[in-house]
Amino acid sequence: MSFTIELIISALLIFGGLFVLVGSIGLLRLQDFYVRLHAPTKATTLGLGAILIASMVFMYHMHGYVSINELLITLFLVITAPVTAHILAKAAMHHRVKLMERTRNKHLIESARIQLQPEQDNEKQEQNKEV
Amino acid sequence: MSQISRGISRVLPMPLHSVSLLIVWLMLNSTTSLGHILLGSLLGIFIPLLCAPLRVPTPKIKRPLKALTYVFVVLKDIVVANIEVAFLVVGPMHKIKPGLIAVPLDLSDTLPITVLASTVTMTPGTVSADVSADEKWLYVHVLNMPVDEQEVIDWIKQRYESRVKEIFGC
Repeated sequence: MSFTIELIISALLIFGGLFVLVGSIGLLRLQDFYVRLHAPTKATTLGLGAILIASMVFMYHMHGYVSINELLITLFLVITAPVTAHILAKAAMHHRVKLMERTRNKHLIESARIQLQPEQDNEKQEQNKEV
Repeated sequence: MSQISRGISRVLPMPLHSVSLLIVWLMLNSTTSLGHILLGSLLGIFIPLLCAPLRVPTPKIKRPLKALTYVFVVLKDIVVANIEVAFLVVGPMHKIKPGLIAVPLDLSDTLPITVLASTVTMTPGTVSADVSADEKWLYVHVLNMPVDEQEVIDWIKQRYESRVKEIFGC
């Protein structure tokens, strides 16, 4: 393996590793649940992307073919990561997880909750009111 | 003739899904050996049969070329988003001013809304949090909201929603 290839692979690995590290630091440092969600969904995609590209370059150079598995991993990651984040945020909103003090438009959580309550629950509430 | 096609659609309710499952299976194992083709075909037949009841009507992609440009626009934004968020995370915490916004949706179907919500989550400082039951509003959590929240709403609507709309032609 030539020096340039080694350099490219190591640079990609370090770059990717840094972003994954930043994602973890974000999980630790950020102050509320919603803000914390941002760190792993973003910083990790690019970090993992760089690591996967490094792996592809390595495979291409060692075995002489482009490995498709990395592309598949990227595809699955891009499909699943946003869904997880969405469901986590949604669950947090419905459980009224605390927001940071300076979060703006907190009232939107309530409107999101009311619209999404299952119909049965609404009926029950109305019945309760009538009683 | 119609009987045959009905029979086929009973065995293969989602032919496109079956084929893509087979291809993904072969890609995962990176072989084209007979055994894996058989196994992949079996998976391609049985998984769609199990998933068929979960199907929702999906609009077709009307402009594939636009979809390709959309992918590249989003990829570029993902890279930018990563770097922006990385600096915010490492920098001083008091600079982060989070907020919630409700984006009015012009899209009407499940798949386009899913695509838009996923894009919003993957791109600069925004995570989609909820879609209202009538599919008219998308609630978004913004990591660092500018003073004028309309900026973020306009950005999402102009940069992503208009493109998704063109792709699905709705």
